[in-house]
Amino acid sequence: MDEIQSLIQGFVVALSFKNLALMFVGIVLGVIIGVLPGLGGANGVAILLPLTFSMAQTPGGTTSAIILLSCIYWGALFGGAITSILFNIPGEPWSVATTFDGYPLAQQGRAGNALTAAFTSSFVGALIAVIVITFLSPVVARFALEFGPPEFFAVYLLTFCAFVGMSKEPPFKTLASMMLGFALAAVGTDPVTGALRLTFGSTALLSGFDFLVAVIGLFGIGEILLTLEEGLAFKGAAAKINLRVVLDTWKELPRYWLTSLRSAAVGCFMGIVPGGATPASFMSYGVARRFSPNGDKFGTGQVEGVVAPETAAHAAGTSALLPMLTLGVPGSPTAAVLLGGLLIWGLQPGPLLFVEQKDFVWGLIASMYLGNIAGLIVVLTCVPAFAAILRIPFSVIAPIIIVICAIGSYTVHNSNFDVWMMMVFGVAGYAFKKLSYPLAPLVLAIVLGDRAEASFRQAMLYSQGDMTVFFSNTLVGTLTGLALFLLFWPLLAWLVRRLRASA
Amino acid sequence: MSEGENRPAFRHKSAEIAVAALFFLLGAVVVWDSVRLGARWAEDGPQAGYVPFYIGLIVCLASAVNLVLAVLSKRDGDKTFVQVGQLKLVLAVLIPSTIYVALVGWTGIYVASALFIGFFMRWLGKYPWWKVAAVSIGNSVAFFLIFEIWFKVPLPKGPLEALLGLN
Repeated sequence: MDEIQSLIQGFVVALSFKNLALMFVGIVLGVIIGVLPGLGGANGVAILLPLTFSMAQTPGGTTSAIILLSCIYWGALFGGAITSILFNIPGEPWSVATTFDGYPLAQQGRAGNALTAAFTSSFVGALIAVIVITFLSPVVARFALEFGPPEFFAVYLLTFCAFVGMSKEPPFKTLASMMLGFALAAVGTDPVTGALRLTFGSTALLSGFDFLVAVIGLFGIGEILLTLEEGLAFKGAAAKINLRVVLDTWKELPRYWLTSLRSAAVGCFMGIVPGGATPASFMSYGVARRFSPNGDKFGTGQVEGVVAPETAAHAAGTSALLPMLTLGVPGSPTAAVLLGGLLIWGLQPGPLLFVEQKDFVWGLIASMYLGNIAGLIVVLTCVPAFAAILRIPFSVIAPIIIVICAIGSYTVHNSNFDVWMMMVFGVAGYAFKKLSYPLAPLVLAIVLGDRAEASFRQAMLYSQGDMTVFFSNTLVGTLTGLALFLLFWPLLAWLVRRLRASA
Repeated sequence: MSEGENRPAFRHKSAEIAVAALFFLLGAVVVWDSVRLGARWAEDGPQAGYVPFYIGLIVCLASAVNLVLAVLSKRDGDKTFVQVGQLKLVLAVLIPSTIYVALVGWTGIYVASALFIGFFMRWLGKYPWWKVAAVSIGNSVAFFLIFEIWFKVPLPKGPLEALLGLN
């Protein structure tokens, strides 16, 4: 059992005093970010990323930096549930499904039960996903060591086709949004020939669009503008959790073990295949409603209706790091930002990471176990404090969030141009959200655009422009075939519906 | 909210058409620039515009489909994109934010942020002046300490910082 030994080594790294302290700081910051409108996992991590530049240069610093940032991510995952249950405002897109039963529970005065159930099932979902990561990622990484450019391109293709095939948004909007991301990624210097592309003589565009700025604008400013439409005040239930409520809820939870397991499986699957936490939470809510004996009561305040989406969202959010670490292909926007972090710190994500940066990888995996335990403790004990943040009037919190976003965009490259771009992306994000253009594929395309193009061009050079290279062996053929199947899935589903309707 | 505030400022359909058209335009720009660079297969492999050319082409095709779908969408199912009252709130944040971004380049981020937060608290929140001053200035001082002192990340500074010798 190599994995166990590596994991123990990882715990030694993660259990240093500095890393434990960073873990708690990350979790608390993450929960605050998750609670605040306009700040979420993806843009929260993006804003704080520049602060880790100097930290990452000290020995062992990259591990500390990734622990800090990933704990912000776990914290944000926990925090989303607080606003959904108490205020009926999903702080994060993946907690929308939590509002269906969480908010009715809070209205019935059982907010404490709902919160405990949400936090505990988040924890269970994350734990199962981390166990999957621990044992599956070395296998995937070993397998991926054999990959050449055609295989890597096929993996990228699969990632992006999965978005078209599996997202709830209209397929042509997903396609348009994703390709816009690739186009933005292409702006600047061509990595192979050095030619300037799409810069139109502007010096500000020479270095291209940074995805961190896009993330901060799309998710931050866009979200603030959307929240504003609802008005300037939040009305919410009071949050009280005492030990008795926690213990009572814990006594009830084992009854839903089957729902938990099913949701965790859905979540892990959707996280690894880049479906992401949001569809995973909806899907597992739907599955739980169909299979639960109390399915018809869902939506009126069932604890099981909180367990299902929370377990899945957290499992998906966590397992999204598996393809990020092993293949360099993130499964979610936040994982994409973390991947960007690795690149900036000078680490090359992908299978070699498991060979060359053992301390980093296993320190991170160990910190996932510890971070989620820390997270559970922090949220269970401090819920009222976090809920109080939402009682700060919007006229104070909104400008502060915009200032934070502006600082975050500026620090990426120390340029005012990026702050302007953040505003442009913000307006775009507002319009895209309202018209259901998905943002996740856009962000992933900006991050992966150059790498996907490089592997495509390498594969093309190697095959002398022959496209059949993507079907040249069983492995790459299966990946490409699966990708095409997912790409045309909406069309197939539509045809089947037409045939059924006419029959 | 009064009757007028709930009136739609934009229809869903017009917004769909506008965004799809914008996508098409962007795609066309990408295609045009890629052709200029050369989007073919040269002696030494694909030219610089080869991949972007097809990306632009897919953007154009996908947005053309979206455009057609938007135009064909039924009139009676036409929802409101944004109401007048909502649009006013959104613009009430968007316009000051744009002015704020412009100010950052001139006065530096700390002064601009203090003014921006102060403006919001006074105008939307109707707070007494002392609270406005405490929060807005306190916020800038806190950010100054965090970024310039602890993390040593320099943020844009203007005439005031120069006057105080903080550059």
